[in-house]
Amino acid sequence: MATYKDYMLFDKLPQTWCAGCGEGIALQSIAAVLASTGYDKHDIALVSGIGCFGRVDDYLDLNCMHVTHGRALPAATGIALANPNLHVLVTMGDGDGVTIGGNHLIHCARRNINLTAIIANNYNYGQTGGQYSATTPTGSITSTSPYGHVEPPMDICKLAAAAGGTYVARATSYNPVQMRKLIKDGIYHKGFSLIEIMVACPTHYGRYNKQGEAARMMKLMNEQSITPEEASHMTEEELSNKIVVGCLVNKERDDYYTKYHKIIEEEREEA
Amino acid sequence: MKKEISIFINERLCKQCGICSALCPKKVFTQEIGHPPVITNLEDCIGCALCQMRCPDFAIEVEVK
Repeated sequence: MATYKDYMLFDKLPQTWCAGCGEGIALQSIAAVLASTGYDKHDIALVSGIGCFGRVDDYLDLNCMHVTHGRALPAATGIALANPNLHVLVTMGDGDGVTIGGNHLIHCARRNINLTAIIANNYNYGQTGGQYSATTPTGSITSTSPYGHVEPPMDICKLAAAAGGTYVARATSYNPVQMRKLIKDGIYHKGFSLIEIMVACPTHYGRYNKQGEAARMMKLMNEQSITPEEASHMTEEELSNKIVVGCLVNKERDDYYTKYHKIIEEEREEA
Repeated sequence: MKKEISIFINERLCKQCGICSALCPKKVFTQEIGHPPVITNLEDCIGCALCQMRCPDFAIEVEVK
């Protein structure tokens, strides 16, 4: 049976991420899920953006594309429409996916393109020195908000669900078993699926906010985690520092390619 | 029947972040700052492989027979 090692380039290791960075956990999950699906490597296309999590493509033995900052989803849209038989994966960070490329995320979800977007959320721009991003919680300290961040954070899953995403889920790096399950469901889902993975950034965010080392940040994440069922009984205020984990949206809707193909077929029949 | 479990730690890949030793549910590892984890309590290991899945550096491998 294939293991995660078969989908990885082990000679490229050790990876460039900091000690304790949760993105390696997400990378192993992606490779393990691909191994469990048994897809041929040539049937998978991976598009990654710029940022810490954009480096995922360096370590995977797949057909990869590394594109400009925030523009991973438009490139993936092109791939998904040009060759609908490919399984398209997109890996982005929170800065790449929702801050700079937020517009593309909304429209990709609205059009329901058949791809799987995996967004690693570490609350800041880790690669460039820990500047705040759109998901940084209010009041937290980053290198560009040394007195506390004043903006309210953006909820990636709520944004994707509101824009029309048909599969939206969230997992934490504390729970790699659940992460694997959600990524697998996302890959099998037809249409736009988004999995947000909460990862710890012990080098920047953890240090600035005195959250301790990587293991403590992950424990903290686990204490904040609640299921969607528990969240439905809670008020907005109680939910403010909680992480709702699990599958949040799972519905059926025709994807962009299917709809377009239908029109082409109908026109051909009439002609 | 007792499972046969072996754990391999690749010290070349380990960045000594301490996730495995702090989060192991059975406290199989002991670790000092500046050193990779050492397996000191293998008889308690239940083979859940959470350390392998949580290792960001691909440095741990758990084999359950």
